Amino acid sequence: MINAAAPRLGLVVNPVAGLGGPAGLKGSDGAAIQAAARAAGVRARAGERARQALESLPAGTPVLTGPGDLGEDVTREAGMVPVPVDLPDPTGTGADTRVVTAALVAAGAELVLFAGGDGTARDVAAGLTVSGSRIPVLGVPAGVKMYSACFAVSPQAAGALAADLLVGAATLVDAEVLDVDEEQVRTGRVDPRLFALVRTPAHPQRSQGRKVATPTGDGAAVASVVAGLAAQLRPGVTYLVGPGGTTAALLRHLGLSGTPLGVDVLRDGELLATDMDETTALAAVGASPEGTGGTDGHDRPGAGVVVGVVGGQGFLFGRGNQQLSARVLTAALGDADHLARDRLLVGATERKLTELGGRPLLIDTGEPGIDLALSGMLRVTTGPGRTSMYPATAANGV
Amino acid sequence: MSLPIATKPALRRFHQARWDEPIVFELDAPGERGVLPPQVEPGVRETVGDVLADLPESLRRPAPPTLPRIGQARVLRHYLRLSQENLGADLNVDVGQGTCTMKYAPKVNDQLVADPGLRDVHPLQGEESVQGALEILWRTEQALTAISGMDRVSLHSTGGSSAIWTNVAMIRAYHASRGEAEQRDEVITTIFSHPSNAAAAAVAGYKVITIHPDADGYPDLDALRAALSERTAAIMVTNPEDTGIYNPRIVDWVEAAHAVGALASYDQANANGILGITRARDAGFDVCHFNLHKTFGTPHGSGGPGAGANGVAEHMAPFLPGPMVERDGDRFRLAAGGELSIGAVSAFYGVIPTIAKAYAWIAALGAPGLRAVAETAVLNNNYLMSKILAIPGASAPYATGRRRVEQVRYSWQELYEDTGITSEEIGVRAADYGTHYWTSHHPYVVPQPFTLEPTESYSMAELDEYAAILAQVAHEARTDPEMVRTAPHNQTVHHTHHDDLDDPDRWAVTWRGYLRKYPDAPQHRRP
Repeated sequence: MINAAAPRLGLVVNPVAGLGGPAGLKGSDGAAIQAAARAAGVRARAGERARQALESLPAGTPVLTGPGDLGEDVTREAGMVPVPVDLPDPTGTGADTRVVTAALVAAGAELVLFAGGDGTARDVAAGLTVSGSRIPVLGVPAGVKMYSACFAVSPQAAGALAADLLVGAATLVDAEVLDVDEEQVRTGRVDPRLFALVRTPAHPQRSQGRKVATPTGDGAAVASVVAGLAAQLRPGVTYLVGPGGTTAALLRHLGLSGTPLGVDVLRDGELLATDMDETTALAAVGASPEGTGGTDGHDRPGAGVVVGVVGGQGFLFGRGNQQLSARVLTAALGDADHLARDRLLVGATERKLTELGGRPLLIDTGEPGIDLALSGMLRVTTGPGRTSMYPATAANGV
Repeated sequence: MSLPIATKPALRRFHQARWDEPIVFELDAPGERGVLPPQVEPGVRETVGDVLADLPESLRRPAPPTLPRIGQARVLRHYLRLSQENLGADLNVDVGQGTCTMKYAPKVNDQLVADPGLRDVHPLQGEESVQGALEILWRTEQALTAISGMDRVSLHSTGGSSAIWTNVAMIRAYHASRGEAEQRDEVITTIFSHPSNAAAAAVAGYKVITIHPDADGYPDLDALRAALSERTAAIMVTNPEDTGIYNPRIVDWVEAAHAVGALASYDQANANGILGITRARDAGFDVCHFNLHKTFGTPHGSGGPGAGANGVAEHMAPFLPGPMVERDGDRFRLAAGGELSIGAVSAFYGVIPTIAKAYAWIAALGAPGLRAVAETAVLNNNYLMSKILAIPGASAPYATGRRRVEQVRYSWQELYEDTGITSEEIGVRAADYGTHYWTSHHPYVVPQPFTLEPTESYSMAELDEYAAILAQVAHEARTDPEMVRTAPHNQTVHHTHHDDLDDPDRWAVTWRGYLRKYPDAPQHRRP
């Protein structure tokens, strides 16, 4: 009966994901690195991890897959029925993931399950963008770098979540896709950028939620955060609005269309500029009228910063929002000795905070003084009139 | 020769009854009656006249109520069948409802409150005719005063959240009386405190600040200090928290609050692990509350009627709700509330039957018995914890390795990562073995949570049985996950669908609401 149904699950495996990890190569991007890893006797683990995920699905489930080692093989090994899509010109690079993802969408997939790391997530997101699709994606953790928030905690959990999504028993949340340039990592620099916002399934926290007034759906929780942030925006203050799902929702709430992956400039309910880089962001807060927003009597630019918590790692600054550099933060909030922390608005759902498992929020602007000044207990807005005291700490170049 | 009685397997071969019973309204059968009252004799009728003649028009129904017409025997069968389709506290090893303190509520106390002297009292009776009921109220207040160390206790609140509301209302009135109502607009709570503290504060108009645990899993004193200011109206905390972790620096918390002019409110809804051991006033709290239907051995009543008791220090007494019971020699009378009273928080004097049961429970145990309750509950909890933590995949995050007080919020995260089976699915499968558990308040700070609270009411054998059931289900999650995922298999219902409860247009909590929202629904009639 299941076999007769049209396949709804899409799978793409990055066959070289994770190859560079055991070899200490900090990633697997690039043919030379992959060759080096193979030479070191490292076996790719993405296929095995994908198989573990699939084994959480009912046996015989039809799965749209990439051909061969891009999904078809492990699907068969897991006892499912592969329905491979075409890949006319395989390249052995991330381009294959993008093409396969687009083909999965075209074939009617309702979820793209991928096995890989951040680079794979980025390619899957790119494949969706090409298709103009917003179907959910879910990562089977199999890479070296996994800064992105769209990974399940284990292959088995990924399979169970995928199964739940297909029977309508999962909820969808926004997740950031981050990736670093591995060449930089190998030279000691970590500079992950925010590449995409995707939707990813999560287990709804259902029946027990009715004991309390907490919103059960993530959408409602984000709306609640946004309402809380909006109520704190002060007239006359020039706000740099950071990238991410929460801040994008804030701008939508205000009737504005900003740049979800970029830094926008907001004052008095109007979008003054969008997609700032460090230089233009600096100019935007530097050009704001002196002291207009300040009710505290301090003589500093009337500027503020609004950010969400980026990704699953809990980064506030330094991952995915490098435009908000130490120089920009100094210009907006004051120098390390006189930092106006009350002009820094941080919004996150309680879920996002609790999923950090007690780990602090991380700050890595590259400027220790600013990192330290921003560290300590932060008030994170979780809803209208609702905040959580949450610790933030310098990441020390994690 | 075989034994005359077959030996039982280690785990019960449980199967829930499934009656497919219609809703009582669907049992309506024209012509059937439960009771046919006898006709009034002609002589009586002539002498008394029309007894309804004086009934004002506003009290008369234009049409009779549309209640179902059902014979007594069918009513009996209906409710007995329904009673077989649940896992109530009298039926299962109910240690899975952590934070709820599901202890044995002595049946003899049901008989006590069924006494006509209690059952039939009316709140508008003269004081002279209800001296016994007033004495029970007074004595219960005295007992709770001793238990909490507070100076006065009010029994007006009708439940736990109602009592938290009473506390926040008194806090608000206190600051207003000092001209600080505008200035103090924030209330601080912890993420493992009962969420009604945050909810009541928000409803009272306060901004709510939540404190997360520190690196050791204890309420973070540094975070509290960072949150406290001249804007703080109160801290409102539960202790021990929902994790079963007792805040060892609770005195520092209260002192830090007092240092900025804030009040300290103690949620002791569940005081089962601390009876006779710690007292709210000794830690400096200004107000506290108990749930009589948790700690003090009265039934929860499926959401009511419960009873809350508010304890206050002397300086908070002027804000108590009224009326209050006062003793003059051997007589009891009702007096007004405090001079700055927040007013009534319930009709009349609280939930008398629940208060009377709590009084009987306290009186039966006495002070040494109350302490024995706490000690047994803590012992049971730590025994069960040792059994649960022996199950591969189970853990007790926060303050790892430390003992807990009366409950533990556990986690199946390791099992989830290994199998993809969620805590919710394990709880549902446990119902196939005749028990269940509750996961957690929101938000799910502990991943894949489940919260167990054995209380003092369960034997070692029962705790062993409960732990064996969870061990079996965890084993099934590894060996036959599909069985767990598709559970329940031996239960009265299969998976429940929550969507209808998420949509106001679809939910129906009354029969009238159901008929209004689903006018075309087929009416199931069974003989």
